[in-house]
Amino acid sequence: MKPPVFDYLTPSSLTEATKAVNEIPGAMIIAGGQSLIPALNFKLAWPSALIDIRNIPDLDKIQINDDEIAVGARVRHCDVEKDQRIGKLHPIIHKAMAYVAHSPIRNRGTVVGSICHADAAAEMPLILVLTDGYVTATSVDGNRTIAAHDFFKFHMTTTRHDNEIIQSAHFPLPNSMGGYSFQEFARRSGDYAIAAIACLMTLDNSGKVEEVKIAGCGISQRPIRLNNVEQIVIGSNLTENDLSQAMEALGESVTSPDDIHATNKYRKHLAKKLLSKSLIEAKERAQKRKLS
Amino acid sequence: MKTVKKLTPSKSTDPTRKISLTVNGEAVEREVSVRMLLSDFIRHELGLTGTHVGCEHGICGACTIMVNGESSRSCAILAVQADGMDLRTIESVADKDGCLHPIQQAFQDSHALQCGYCTPGMIMNILSEFESNSKIDTSDEGIRELLSGNLCRCTGYANIVEAVRVAAERMGKS
Repeated sequence: MKPPVFDYLTPSSLTEATKAVNEIPGAMIIAGGQSLIPALNFKLAWPSALIDIRNIPDLDKIQINDDEIAVGARVRHCDVEKDQRIGKLHPIIHKAMAYVAHSPIRNRGTVVGSICHADAAAEMPLILVLTDGYVTATSVDGNRTIAAHDFFKFHMTTTRHDNEIIQSAHFPLPNSMGGYSFQEFARRSGDYAIAAIACLMTLDNSGKVEEVKIAGCGISQRPIRLNNVEQIVIGSNLTENDLSQAMEALGESVTSPDDIHATNKYRKHLAKKLLSKSLIEAKERAQKRKLS
Repeated sequence: MKTVKKLTPSKSTDPTRKISLTVNGEAVEREVSVRMLLSDFIRHELGLTGTHVGCEHGICGACTIMVNGESSRSCAILAVQADGMDLRTIESVADKDGCLHPIQQAFQDSHALQCGYCTPGMIMNILSEFESNSKIDTSDEGIRELLSGNLCRCTGYANIVEAVRVAAERMGKS
């Protein structure tokens, strides 16, 4: 296999890069290339030019403040995986990272790259949606932020404009008293999810669910927040009856058509089981944190 | 005949770039087509054919090498992207006198290969893990997780899992 012919640029600043992406029709941005190069090898992508951001300073930084974790466009999966602060402050990112491909891929692939690739079954887009995160886009016209729920449009399609570069992804920090859970089913370790459900939860003093965020990937045309399920779970004790109601409500959100990996019916079944497991685990974790 | 020769370009018109990198401890400088994959560069330009090419889309792990000490898929990296990097391939693993590395020896002793196509990628992946961590999870589950990015179609993996365990014991990593 051989990639198609393209020009290759290595701009040394973001200004230079945005200028190039604005001026060259059909140019694509490359960071780790772990999705793009396989696509080039199959000639599924035919960029006129690749703009490699490897020499742009500061994009390799992970910045943590009181509200959020900001991940620059050159930060690799393994950098996030090995960052102890993230494991502590935002454990679900850490948990989900273990499901992202294999370590040789995580050593090259970037978090922002995965988010821009926007595979409907990928873990990092799911976490961005779950945490009400956002991305920062930059272009010759200036900067803008795009909320996760506006960013992912369809499988491998986002609302990024052709002349924009996503320079960072931002993950708001969860309530430190809350619990979390990430549940995924794939046939082999490292595969994309056939279905995955993630949740963040806090409990009130009586042990009822106070706040909950639930999202899924692999089950729809894009990673989705499951607002209807959240409404059922809030205020409940997560009794068996509550869980079965939540599972029932989840069914309608599982819209992926039958494909070579699974039928829609099977995905519904998986997603429901994963939802139940994740709600129970998140509650247990939240209870532990309340006691400690 | 003459006309054909005239029409045939003597050189590819692909955009090229000069790259400098280190391969198995040796400085290398080459002019490469920007669309050349690193796996092809290693095999065809450098003649290091121990790095095998399987799926060419980052799934099978046969082309795994070490980039700056970390395992990476050479089929999912462009040669131009390796400019300035430090690469290690399977050719660097055994001693110069042919004495096998403990991981290679464990593969031989445990019958962990049949056709051997996947072996260089396996070894490079395991080696990077051994070199980056003082201890290896030698439970079946831990080893299988480590090997999950390397496909083998001959062995059924049992002997490979065993080889990793043997190597970890011999190298004091378990």
